[in-house]
Amino acid sequence: MTVADTEQKTQEEQAEDLIQSFEWLDSLEEQYQYLIDLGRKLPPMNEADKVEANRVHGCQSQVWLVAHPRPGTLDVIDFEADSDAHIVRGLVAILKKIYSGQPAAKILSFDIEGFLKQLGLDQHLSLGRRNGLGEMVKRIKTLAATLAPQNAAH
Amino acid sequence: MVATQEAVSSVGVWEDGSLKDAITDANTSPTPPFSHTPTPFDVEAIRADFPILRQLARDKPLVYLDNAATSQKPQVVLDRLQQYYTAENANIHRGVHYLSELATREYEAARIKIQHFINARDAREIIFVRGTTEAINLVVGSYGRKNIGPGDEIIISAMEHHSDIVPWQLLCEEKGAILRVIPINDAGELLLDEYEKLLNERTKFVAVVHISNALGTINPVRRIIELAHGRGVPVLLDGAQATPHMKIDVQELDCDFYAFSGHKLFGPTGIGVLYGKQELLEAMPPYQGGGDMISSVTFEKTTYNALPYKFEAGTPHVAGVIGLGAAVDYVEKINLDVAGAYEAELLNYATEAVAAIPGLRLVGTAREKASILSFVIEGAHPSDVGMLLDTQGIAIRAGHHCAQPLMDRFCIPATARASFAFYNTRAEVDAFIAGLHRARKMLG
Repeated sequence: MTVADTEQKTQEEQAEDLIQSFEWLDSLEEQYQYLIDLGRKLPPMNEADKVEANRVHGCQSQVWLVAHPRPGTLDVIDFEADSDAHIVRGLVAILKKIYSGQPAAKILSFDIEGFLKQLGLDQHLSLGRRNGLGEMVKRIKTLAATLAPQNAAH
Repeated sequence: MVATQEAVSSVGVWEDGSLKDAITDANTSPTPPFSHTPTPFDVEAIRADFPILRQLARDKPLVYLDNAATSQKPQVVLDRLQQYYTAENANIHRGVHYLSELATREYEAARIKIQHFINARDAREIIFVRGTTEAINLVVGSYGRKNIGPGDEIIISAMEHHSDIVPWQLLCEEKGAILRVIPINDAGELLLDEYEKLLNERTKFVAVVHISNALGTINPVRRIIELAHGRGVPVLLDGAQATPHMKIDVQELDCDFYAFSGHKLFGPTGIGVLYGKQELLEAMPPYQGGGDMISSVTFEKTTYNALPYKFEAGTPHVAGVIGLGAAVDYVEKINLDVAGAYEAELLNYATEAVAAIPGLRLVGTAREKASILSFVIEGAHPSDVGMLLDTQGIAIRAGHHCAQPLMDRFCIPATARASFAFYNTRAEVDAFIAGLHRARKMLG
């Protein structure tokens, strides 16, 4: 499973690592190259999961997402995701680093927009881009929101 | 009980014989001089007319190859809009004052320019709408709702834009009519034999794209129209992509309706044209109700205005119409026969160059093709290609081009598309090709 490396680092540490890496990238082209490389390292999603029900709708490329609470926990969310486009897959990898394996409360409180702005990638989340990323964030947060009250009760 | 009864217009372009005045005024009204006389095709001089082309994108010279999405605007169009809002702005057709008469005259003069541009028989056959989409919706909502019933059949093609699919589907759902689709071959050409088989006594309408936005295919529309007319079936052509690339003569084509957009024709956004044969338009009910489309209104009975106003409810996009008039003047000055030949040369040059890129496959290889280059690259998603080219200041389109059934036909989710206008150059094609090589390397 892919939760191993995310388990080792907290959400803050993951974010800090990415911010530091992106500081080295001078141009949009270098950012894209980095995203392409991140996407390559993203474990492939089960082909059987790449179905319409799991599709996050976007105009330019396709994104699939399967998110679920981790068995044995009340509020930790794991997800698998993929895209048929390289750069978007890199963005998916970033979201996975930030969100997957995190408790619902952390997912809800994390300032994703501010973080992507710091990376210089905020335009990819804007509505008009229609690459499904904004929708993907929404789906993860919606799932987190259904689990968060349990967390509070816990 | 007459709630409103206004004269059609204080200028009264049609009814009182002042049409001639409008034409004369249109011919003598001051238009800014063109900065060049192209002989035979001086692309650098033409580029100088388009201020946006001088700017940088991502710190690189802008290479704009997304012309099928929208075209850039020449200075004369920008100036004309400025002049309108600076010195002519008023509501039209009803004003009793100087500015309103001026604006009305310029608005109607633009209609006559567009009549001549597509060689319509009469200026009343030119209806101003928001764009091609609205033009098609007008025909569907007015002609279609009146004349199409249960079991009737409408023929479209496999390469239609969603704008020429969805309105017909809505009509079919409402009326219990049936949508038939002309299939295409692997090159992206319509199968005319199949079309002939689809035509039958239940066929009530044919709506086909003149030039495909996703493939570039120039369809054999004259033959399509002839065959439909042989059965007394009217034909609408979606001319959104054709009008910027070739001269259109609606009388020669003998099409019943022709729809196009201003913004793809070097004019403003938000304005488009529906041409319709007068006898068809006369027999059609209004599409929208409101101001300017009525002759008199009482709570018992409203009588409608004459053509073209019957279909122009509400205050129209006056600036857009006048700006489109300026765009049409510009395009006529350029001469689309000359520009089209130049674009064909550019397309050949680009087609040969992309053939040398490993893993690249063209989507749409029709013999008759306009300057649209749709392609996929093995191992690269079109959106990757588009985003990587963007880092080089090169603008192309990546996506399904609002033609999802067509993408399904080719078993691809999307294509990358470079589309050329007459202001594009060989040097820009070279930059595009270099960008593709670079993108391939990054994705490789």
